[in-house]
Amino acid sequence: MTTAPQDMPQDIGPTEIEALLPWYAAGTLRRRDRQRVAAALRDDPALAHHADLVREELAETIHLNETLGAPSPRVATRLMAAIDTEMGAARQAAAPGAFARWLTGVFASLSPRTLAVAASFATLAIALQSFMLVDVFTKPTGSAPGDATSAGRLHGTYASVRFARQASAAEITNFLHTYQATLVDGPTPGGLYRVKLAMSSLAREELGRVVQRMRQDRVVEFAEADE
Amino acid sequence: MQAPADETLIGQIARGDRLAMQVLFARHHVRIYRFVLRVVRDEMAAEDVIGDVFLDVWRQASRFEGRSAVSTWLMAIARFKALSLLRKRRDDTLDVETAESIEEPSDDPELAVEKQDKGKKLRACLAGLSREHREIIDLVYYHEKSVEEVALIVGIPENTVKTRMFYARKKLGELCRMAGIDRGWP
Repeated sequence: MTTAPQDMPQDIGPTEIEALLPWYAAGTLRRRDRQRVAAALRDDPALAHHADLVREELAETIHLNETLGAPSPRVATRLMAAIDTEMGAARQAAAPGAFARWLTGVFASLSPRTLAVAASFATLAIALQSFMLVDVFTKPTGSAPGDATSAGRLHGTYASVRFARQASAAEITNFLHTYQATLVDGPTPGGLYRVKLAMSSLAREELGRVVQRMRQDRVVEFAEADE
Repeated sequence: MQAPADETLIGQIARGDRLAMQVLFARHHVRIYRFVLRVVRDEMAAEDVIGDVFLDVWRQASRFEGRSAVSTWLMAIARFKALSLLRKRRDDTLDVETAESIEEPSDDPELAVEKQDKGKKLRACLAGLSREHREIIDLVYYHEKSVEEVALIVGIPENTVKTRMFYARKKLGELCRMAGIDRGWP
């Protein structure tokens, strides 16, 4: 971009030429203005001397700025960490909406007859779960219910996963289903989710194989076993 | 392979492309840092400001309309943030709208100049200019901004840009004379 000539009168006087010298020296004048300044410099030795002073100032200004150095690498590190945090928060905020849209799409694609059958199965499953819960809480056990909860939280095999930015809710659901995994925590500021892979502790080699397979899934950006 | 234009990078950043952000940062952060450093005169503060500038770019890339070059847009954001910081610190007593230059006592060229080298003296005099005059000289000479672009960054009319630059140079000439350099102008 160069100067806008429309704010300049047609006949540029010496003072105006003088005012344009810094941009002439820096090479940021439009062609028309540049030619006018060049013509004036040819005809006016005093102006040419002034242009030399401008070039001297330009050279020293560049020198001065170049000696200012550069910012430390931590600026980039902090910036990208802040961006990751914002991306994680945005993904978290967007996820419920995306999942709801996916769910709506699934139900919309089913026929009324299929929906009715599915609803019957769901009712049956809820009734069965209620029966099991009543059974669990009414049966005397050797330990307090609080102990059982704590044990459930402590035991099992876990991994930390960051999903790819483009992964949809349906793909994430499918991924969790494939690995029989459950989301238990997250996302952290770095966008990591903690998933439970098994109720029991898997052998180190087996866990390694599972995590390795996860890493090859395009839905996943990062996966690491939680020790 | 040709590097993507700044405008293309901004479009990618608006779509959440982290890599495009890294490229834009790598391309501009040093110049923006130097511009801010000359305003705030504190390396740590300048680093904080440029971090904020690029985080704003990440958040507001979709609002970039392309009416100016990306570097001009970055400069305008950086200038706003640097001046806000100065105001917060309450050590900037300048009225940002006035073109009048005021020397900073700590940068008295007679005290700052120790060697006889003309270049060094001239640089000391450049450093001794007021913030406003330093800013316009840097934008024109170092950042290679046109009259139109300086007007956009500083937020003043184009004719004021020309007169401010003229008076900044005139003040520089006076400082040089005080420092023992007779340049024959003004």
